[in-house]
Amino acid sequence: MAWNKKFLRVNLSTGSCKTEALNMEWAQEYLGQRGLATKYFVEEVDPKVDPLSPDNKLIMTTGPLTGTVASTGGRYSVVTKGALTGAIACSNSGGYFGAELKFAGWDMIIFEGKAAKPVYLSIEDDKVELRDAAHLWGKTVFQTEEIIKKSHQDPQMRICSIGRAGESGVKFACIVNDLHRAAGRSGVGTVMGAKNLKAVAVRGTKGSGGAIKDPKAFMAATKAAKKVLADNAVTGQGLPTYGTQVLMNVINEMGALPTRNHRDVQFEDARKISGEAMHEKRPTDGKSHLVTNAACFGCTIACGRISRIDETHFSVVNKPEYWGASGGLEYEAAWALGSANGVGDLEALQYANVLCNEDGFDPISFGATVAAAMELYDLGILTKEQIGLEAPFGSAQALITLAEMTAKGEGFGKELGLGSARLCAKYGRPELSMGVKSQEFPAYDSRGIQGMGLAYATSNRGACHLRGYTVASEVLGIPVKTDPLVTEGKADLVKAFQDATSVFDSAGVCVFTTFAWTLADLQPQLDAACEGNWTMEKLALLGERVWNMERVFNNAAGFTAKDDDLPPRLKNEPAKTGPAKGLVNGVDKMRPEYYKVRGWSPEGVPTKETLDRLGL
Amino acid sequence: MQKSLHIDPNKCTGCLQCEMACSYENHGVFNISKSRIKVFNFEHAGRKVPYTCTQCAEAWCMTACPVDAIRIDGKTGAKVVHEDVCVGCKVCTIACPFGTVNYVVATGKVQKCDLCGGEPACADACPTGAITYVAADWTGLDKMRAWAGKTDTQPRAGA
Ligand code: SF4
Ligand code: SF4
Ligand code: SF4
Repeated sequence: MAWNKKFLRVNLSTGSCKTEALNMEWAQEYLGQRGLATKYFVEEVDPKVDPLSPDNKLIMTTGPLTGTVASTGGRYSVVTKGALTGAIACSNSGGYFGAELKFAGWDMIIFEGKAAKPVYLSIEDDKVELRDAAHLWGKTVFQTEEIIKKSHQDPQMRICSIGRAGESGVKFACIVNDLHRAAGRSGVGTVMGAKNLKAVAVRGTKGSGGAIKDPKAFMAATKAAKKVLADNAVTGQGLPTYGTQVLMNVINEMGALPTRNHRDVQFEDARKISGEAMHEKRPTDGKSHLVTNAACFGCTIACGRISRIDETHFSVVNKPEYWGASGGLEYEAAWALGSANGVGDLEALQYANVLCNEDGFDPISFGATVAAAMELYDLGILTKEQIGLEAPFGSAQALITLAEMTAKGEGFGKELGLGSARLCAKYGRPELSMGVKSQEFPAYDSRGIQGMGLAYATSNRGACHLRGYTVASEVLGIPVKTDPLVTEGKADLVKAFQDATSVFDSAGVCVFTTFAWTLADLQPQLDAACEGNWTMEKLALLGERVWNMERVFNNAAGFTAKDDDLPPRLKNEPAKTGPAKGLVNGVDKMRPEYYKVRGWSPEGVPTKETLDRLGL
Repeated sequence: MQKSLHIDPNKCTGCLQCEMACSYENHGVFNISKSRIKVFNFEHAGRKVPYTCTQCAEAWCMTACPVDAIRIDGKTGAKVVHEDVCVGCKVCTIACPFGTVNYVVATGKVQKCDLCGGEPACADACPTGAITYVAADWTGLDKMRAWAGKTDTQPRAGA
């Protein structure tokens, strides 16, 4: 349906919900979702704004392919200034919510201000209203969905909401939709909580297809692109069978699996928490951990995992409410909750993961913050009394207790909710926080995958694997194999990945398609769907434009070249084992090259020529 | 040879490509709320189950219709709603034991699966093979085969 050409502006302070026409000139330059919503955001919001103030805005946005038959066309994003990072945030989620918003006739929702009391937004096609959410405040994501569906007498509503973490100000709270899909990173849920907005519930019965520029060409282009996904080894076999967890053993063997707060780069128990292990039958009940794979709306890959925790496991033995099937584990969560803390207990990881979904907090940042706390404990800086229990590396008991505390906002959970950067700074050891721009690293150690060091350092939303996934090239050879252990050529590689990803994130499709698709596979789908002439050149330029727009915002928010850096551990402490043994990350060498390739000054500021060339 | 839709829920991922295809084929829009096939999600069991009309040989909806708006398509065997005849009384929706005839508010008529005239769009769109269009005589054969494989005909030691 390409664009609906209209969006909702909801002022939470005044309670008004207004319809506005989508700026179609901007749509031609920024496409949709990440690009277009960020354009609105930077035009309307002061970069210096306090993320938690009413002056910050929060945009929920879809792309032109969201809600179409294009494979993975079900994505939506949340754009705001991140509570964790203070940088531009854009968190992308699948599930069904985004498509439903599109079916209701909207391209995006801009939330402004702050509600005096907790509210939720109800959208039934054109009928839009803010409703009282007093009865939902204090409830988990799972409960919130159930209560809203019941009170609307509509089991087909699609809902995104915050859990107790977003209410209590956990800095890495996320917005969870369809029970276990999340706009996960940078604290977008924290911003939603600060606005007293508990949930958005949507039912869309309009659909479309009428707005597709060339329906026949669109059906043919989407069909051809689906075949590319089906025929590819990663998207056609690896991801459906093992999910993203297909990576656990691979990355461990490469010596790039960060372990015990990045002290080590290989985890002795990696196999126990891998995708393969999820398929094995448990001795206790003879069942496998994994129940089935699952897809987001429109997705023909189906990387999602649905698992069941062993009922006899100590974490859930007296809690039948956790015996049913639920989402997880994905690779990032399995790593952050597991290897990052040295915990090799699959069932405990899934329990912690379900808690993250249930109360809406990012398992990557949470797990990595636990890792930092465990290191502080190991060094004697944090004590058993302060934490509330013994918290050595490897303790599954500590992991799950800390997850429960964070979910409820109790005890030491309040401190973990600060995120690792603030936690480590508070205890006088800021260098022990493993992240960039206050956001924790995901599951790849940049000593073993050099390009990722640069990708993390320069990511506009803080350390992140989804802004420039050079792992594809350095590990999997997509689209070409590069040597993970060298810095040469990585500046160009990182730029290419960052720009291309910006296009995918602006289209409404999942970035996992890029294991098989290049821009050349996306282009015909967009060109058939969207009015205008969508050439490869136009798209390539658009990706670069989006990246630079975000950069300009961050610079104005106060970020400088100093913030494009890695923690000292990754630059000074060589990898101890594996293929990268003896190596540190060469970010200081790559950074100046990258600025040059980007057309930025040595201080990391886009030059006038660059901005002119991109029409910024 | 008569063919019928064959559904294997174990293969379904819940992607809803089938619902999109059905609505596009029959209404010219991408709109799952207009789909004649529905995928149900049993969250706690981790099961997704696609469900639509099974084209009963002795179709209760057809028998119940007071104005003869549901008729057999001679080519496919599908029971087809003739919209120009349907008066929207909804008796068929009550008669159908499976609930697969549905009232559409926008048109004031009912709709149900008509096998797309013999080229089911849902089966074509399904990426996992959860929906296939097979010879009707074969329905159930793969289940029989699976169970046959589980039969233990060997005498057990000590039994
Ligand atoms: S690849 Fe995975 S995350 Fe992406 S749309 Fe498909 S199921 Fe969702
Ligand atoms: S066969 Fe056609 S009408 Fe029937 S459910 Fe499938 S797509 Fe819809
Ligand atoms: S297209 Fe196939 S896999 Fe997807 S929801 Fe329908 S039956 Fe399930």
